[in-house]
Amino acid sequence: MTPITQNPPAAVPAQSFRPSMLWHALPWALAIGIYFIADGYHGLGTNIMIWILFAVSLDLALGYGGIITLGHAAFFGAGAYCAGIFAIHVNNDPLLGLLVATLFAGLLGFITGMLILHTRGETLLMLTLAIAALLYEAANHARWLTGGDDGLSGIRVAPVLGLFRFDLWGKTAYLYTLSVLFVWFVIAFFVVRSPFGRSLDGIRQNAKRMRAIGTPVWWRLVAMYALSAAMAGTAGALMAQTTRIVGLSSLELLTSGVVAVMLVLGGERRLYGAFIGATIYVIVQDLAGAISPFIWMFVIGFLLIVIVLFFEGGLMGIIDDVVNRLKGRGRKDQRS
Amino acid sequence: MTQFLTILLDGTSYGMVLFIISVGLTVTMGLMRVVNLAHGAFAMIGGYIATVLVLKLGVPFLLATVLAAIAAGILGGLAEITVYRPLYRKGELPQVLLTIGLCFVAIAALTFFVGPTPLPAIVPAWLDQMVDIGFRLYPAYRLFLIVVGGLLAFIVWLIIERSLFGARLRAAVDDPQMARSVGMDVSRMFTITFVGGCALAGFGGAVGAGVLPLEPFYALRYLVYFLIVVAVGGMGSFRGSLVAALAIGIIDTAGRYTVPQFGGFLLYLLVFALLLWRPNGLLPPKSVA
Repeated sequence: MTPITQNPPAAVPAQSFRPSMLWHALPWALAIGIYFIADGYHGLGTNIMIWILFAVSLDLALGYGGIITLGHAAFFGAGAYCAGIFAIHVNNDPLLGLLVATLFAGLLGFITGMLILHTRGETLLMLTLAIAALLYEAANHARWLTGGDDGLSGIRVAPVLGLFRFDLWGKTAYLYTLSVLFVWFVIAFFVVRSPFGRSLDGIRQNAKRMRAIGTPVWWRLVAMYALSAAMAGTAGALMAQTTRIVGLSSLELLTSGVVAVMLVLGGERRLYGAFIGATIYVIVQDLAGAISPFIWMFVIGFLLIVIVLFFEGGLMGIIDDVVNRLKGRGRKDQRS
Repeated sequence: MTQFLTILLDGTSYGMVLFIISVGLTVTMGLMRVVNLAHGAFAMIGGYIATVLVLKLGVPFLLATVLAAIAAGILGGLAEITVYRPLYRKGELPQVLLTIGLCFVAIAALTFFVGPTPLPAIVPAWLDQMVDIGFRLYPAYRLFLIVVGGLLAFIVWLIIERSLFGARLRAAVDDPQMARSVGMDVSRMFTITFVGGCALAGFGGAVGAGVLPLEPFYALRYLVYFLIVVAVGGMGSFRGSLVAALAIGIIDTAGRYTVPQFGGFLLYLLVFALLLWRPNGLLPPKSVA
């Protein structure tokens, strides 16, 4: 079991200001700074932020909830298809579409969560896989609605709030995605520090004991799973709205795998791990993919093996170790 | 009637390939409690080696499949000793990720050495013909798969049910701690079983190339099927994996032939329902039942 010390000590009230809190501004300052300097790379930046959102959603279910899943693409894809279909057939307002897709994915997470969350381990893994596979097959065969393996195209999105048109260079898409990511991050940040989030820490570490002290374990897991699914749905919807196309690959096993890889690469159960993991993954994919699409698979595969075997906390864990060493105290001292 | 028998034969031959590949996964997942998503990679490597041997070096088909099995077994043994062993003590997530990592590396390596295009199926001339089986002409290759699968099932059954090693293996699956405390070298058993399972997978990947076409993403594409066999049959259950593999082969074939508009939907729905109804599979071994 992972020691509880990975979370910030609960004794410190969240309100009191400490200089170290300024670190929280860093990723956002970077994101805004990049907006002004990265001409021509706004599309890549948007893509990275969408994957960050997806990886944070997985962190909620898998990292904090301890729900072992290989089917999170189900919610990503559901959100993407829902947003795309909603924009084509009902209304092309982006925020409305985002809301509908988020609710749809959340509802899907709630229903499937109620069905499968009494199981554990490999069975749960297989059930999440089966759900994603079911949706994949459904999307593949409902050609009239989803476009099948040609993908869903022809999505036209109205200006955000009626003011900001999605431009050719993706600047609007960048800021739009950044804002949505920020809202979801704040929600996630407070949820994992709430009593509800704490009870999930307990469930992950010893579900029997939590049940014994009267925690409704199953409901807590379902709630977290639904929240995580809704967030993944938002990520999918953003993908649909900013790229204007939804492919079957959004529901693939590979997509579920890739997002888990990002999360663990960065370090699970820290929210920011998803930021680092997704950023590095997408950039490596972009750079190595330019040489050969298979070099990035080799690099990522190799990184995964090394990280799992030698650095269990992911890249954020390595950063923590280095910082602690610079401060002259090892992790062990911190623990005691 | 003819269609029914055709589905039955096609499904059985397909199920036999699934069985040959998955039986090793069932035993290793049951024995070691490790979520091994890289099993398909060993089947893929076996298939690639056999194909390259046949096409580039002109090795006879049967010899090539046996060599492929040996190579996959050796690679499996190396992987077990180096990366799987530290993994047994870790949680499911690290296991999932490391084995996905292995899949990625295998996919990248095979693409680098062989190329990204799907490989042609290697079916030798003596199998590439139709045989009269009474009610219709039927491909000899598929009959061959059924015979080979049945033979292998019998051999594996002999080893597991009738040999001392098999008795120990069953004991270790049912209660690894007790097996250890009565003096069995469980970790050596892990290695031997893993090698055997990977060799079978490599063989299955090689002979089954006509049913499960070889391409770089083979390891992930068919992984779901192998995992379904394990989960539906019950982890660690040899009989369960045979029943599950044949059932999946026949149901999937029946679904694709009779209601093609649903494709694999039917199969996944059944698996989903079955796992909700019996979370430990159809025939789980005693330790989990």
